[in-house]
Amino acid sequence: MSDKNLSSKMFDWVDSRFKISALVDYMGTKVVPEHSHSTFYYLGGISLFLFIVQVISGILLLMYYRPGADSAFESVQFIVSTVSFGWLVRAVHSWSANLMVFFVFLHMFTVYFTKAYRKPRELTWLSGMGLFGLSLLFGFSGYLLPWNELAFFATRVGTGMAGAVPVIGNDLLIIMRGGEEVTGATIGRFFGLHVAILPGLFTVLLSAHLIMVQRQGMSEPIDWVNKSDAEKKYMKFFPNFILRDVLVWLIVLNVIAVLATFFPDGIGVIHWPLGEKADSFAPPPAVIRPEWYFMFAFQALKMLPAHILFLEGEYFGIIFFSIGGLIWALVPFLDKKSAVDQKSKLFTAFGYFVLAFIIFMTLYGYMVE
Amino acid sequence: MYKKSFIYLMICMFSAVLVTAAEDNCMTCHADFEDDDGPSHMISKDVHIQKGLGCVDCHGGDASLDDMDDVRNSKGYKGVPSYREVPKFCASCHSDAAYMHEHNPAMPTDQFEKYKTSFHGKQLLKKGDTNVANCISCHSVHQINTAKLPHSSTHPLNITKTCGKCHSDSNLMGKYGLEATPVADYKESVHGQALFERGDLSAPTCNDCHGNHGAAPPGVTSLIAVCGTCHAVESELFNSSPHKEAYEENDFPMCMTCHSNHKILKPEDKWVGTEEPALCIECHSVDDGTKGIETAAGISVALKSLVKAHAEAQVVLDEAIEKGMATTDAEFSMKELQQSLIQTRTKLHSFNLDSVLPLAEQGMKQAAKVKETSAGLIEEFYFRRKGLGVTSLIFTILVIGLYLVIRKVEKK
Repeated sequence: MSDKNLSSKMFDWVDSRFKISALVDYMGTKVVPEHSHSTFYYLGGISLFLFIVQVISGILLLMYYRPGADSAFESVQFIVSTVSFGWLVRAVHSWSANLMVFFVFLHMFTVYFTKAYRKPRELTWLSGMGLFGLSLLFGFSGYLLPWNELAFFATRVGTGMAGAVPVIGNDLLIIMRGGEEVTGATIGRFFGLHVAILPGLFTVLLSAHLIMVQRQGMSEPIDWVNKSDAEKKYMKFFPNFILRDVLVWLIVLNVIAVLATFFPDGIGVIHWPLGEKADSFAPPPAVIRPEWYFMFAFQALKMLPAHILFLEGEYFGIIFFSIGGLIWALVPFLDKKSAVDQKSKLFTAFGYFVLAFIIFMTLYGYMVE
Repeated sequence: MYKKSFIYLMICMFSAVLVTAAEDNCMTCHADFEDDDGPSHMISKDVHIQKGLGCVDCHGGDASLDDMDDVRNSKGYKGVPSYREVPKFCASCHSDAAYMHEHNPAMPTDQFEKYKTSFHGKQLLKKGDTNVANCISCHSVHQINTAKLPHSSTHPLNITKTCGKCHSDSNLMGKYGLEATPVADYKESVHGQALFERGDLSAPTCNDCHGNHGAAPPGVTSLIAVCGTCHAVESELFNSSPHKEAYEENDFPMCMTCHSNHKILKPEDKWVGTEEPALCIECHSVDDGTKGIETAAGISVALKSLVKAHAEAQVVLDEAIEKGMATTDAEFSMKELQQSLIQTRTKLHSFNLDSVLPLAEQGMKQAAKVKETSAGLIEEFYFRRKGLGVTSLIFTILVIGLYLVIRKVEKK
């Protein structure tokens, strides 16, 4: 019996039960536009791949990690010093987390500037925004789990900022910390959030995002509306695009392996050394900084004066970021021009402003340290 | 109406004159003829003034008088005491427990009694020798402060300067057959370096060993007790060692015999042994009829082996740290090893090889553990690099293979 016959028989066995031939036929008709910015289409796939790496490495860490003020730090220390390849799993998890946030940022901005959010993909954009927010929450909740000095004080500052949210701030702070202060109760909450609540929400939202992407296909460039069909080039989604996706994933995995081996504790400002165990009575370290992807917001809030108009500076900042985030999420509904396949200079300029603000504030934040 | 106001005004003015007359007039005159460093200018920083005492509380007399001759003739006037009278003058309050309790209950009241037992006190009070220190020599006259204040002459950082005023004066010390080098020697010592270079205020300075008011050089037999105040373990070990009896018989100055007195240098391992510059051979020889040389040789070998093992372990550990490995366990073992090394060095004060060897052997085992753990980490480091190399090779083959597949698929 040849291999081909075997695989055909297996396919027939599954198809007779689940009717998957219709899906395979659909996959065969699916195409991906080919143009000068086609590489942008891989960014979502890379983000997805990094999420898968996160899930697998996270499950491995879960086998040894023990949440709690008396056990969290010790268990992470045990993972990196005693468990076989524990150091590698932690390094892969941390590098992959940072790369995931980076690629999610990149994916979001490329979608924004190519106007890929326009009709009929408004809900795809909204689900993507949700995934972006959840990715940041993953980072924030995971940062505290080693219960080391750096994480403790950064979480105290971070949750303190959440406490400045108008009206619900104080309640939010108590819910996040499990009390007035960052304690062992906070680890319990962050752990639950990190390994149960967020993965659940993320999986649901990710499934919706992927179904929408598959159903609607990749967005074509906005100026293709003026091109004839002959001028438009496409690539088959299956197997051509999928194979290219896998190729990129392999390269990304190798990059993670290199980074994890050479820099298991990170490098420069992107680092996660275990250091000393958290001690609420110890003086805070000279530099308390959030992770790099929160730096722009952290720095902007730091720079605000004590009072702006009739509001407290921090209050004002939180309102500013909330309104900014809301506008960003609602762009597909606000940008009427793109809905009719026309470029909107106003929204492009807004995108550049947001990008410049994030880059400038991040760099400035590290410079003033 | 105007008459009433006038009467009120007169009453107020008269009251003001009475209040002014009752004030302390000492400053009014003394400030006029004294230099900037005179008592009237310096007194504001003095602890007595800060506690609410005035000139007359020490010097007596009536401060409300505005004529100096009248003050001198007033009741209770003591004036300025002579140099010899100063201790008794200060003691009139400082030895009065009931009076001192009202002002500073925590302060002892035995300073004068102690002073009388000191060399200074004996010389001044019995022989009338005014070259020696009395209260004001160390505490100043009108700028007296507690030792807690950094500008106080009795603050730990200022004690050597205060004592050195006399004890670094070779002419003055020569009269008593004393060296004028203690302060200079002390500054070179481990104690001096701890105090002045590290700012460790718990490091002993002059008064911690010699006493303050009862200052005197410790006697030969009391040296162990003095050093043992801080170095309790060494002192206890020495007391139960064969050296104790031998030193007493030969009138050797106990700890000082090996460590000197003011210039107490950081001890070195080479001080123990049977070759120069070992101190043991200054007294012991092969045929001295004791086990001294044998013990010195044994301790020296054990100590040197441990020090060598410690250094080797440190090198391997440093390499593991430098390679970015998780060295928590090895560093913990290294701390235990360092503790063993300290304990071995301390234990040699028993001058008993059987006491020293177990500790040295324990340290050797810990050194072996550090080396083994660190070497394992270094091996792991290279294993990781090799693993990455193999993994990258597999990835590269997969990527090339996939690329060829893609090309083949896209050609169709």
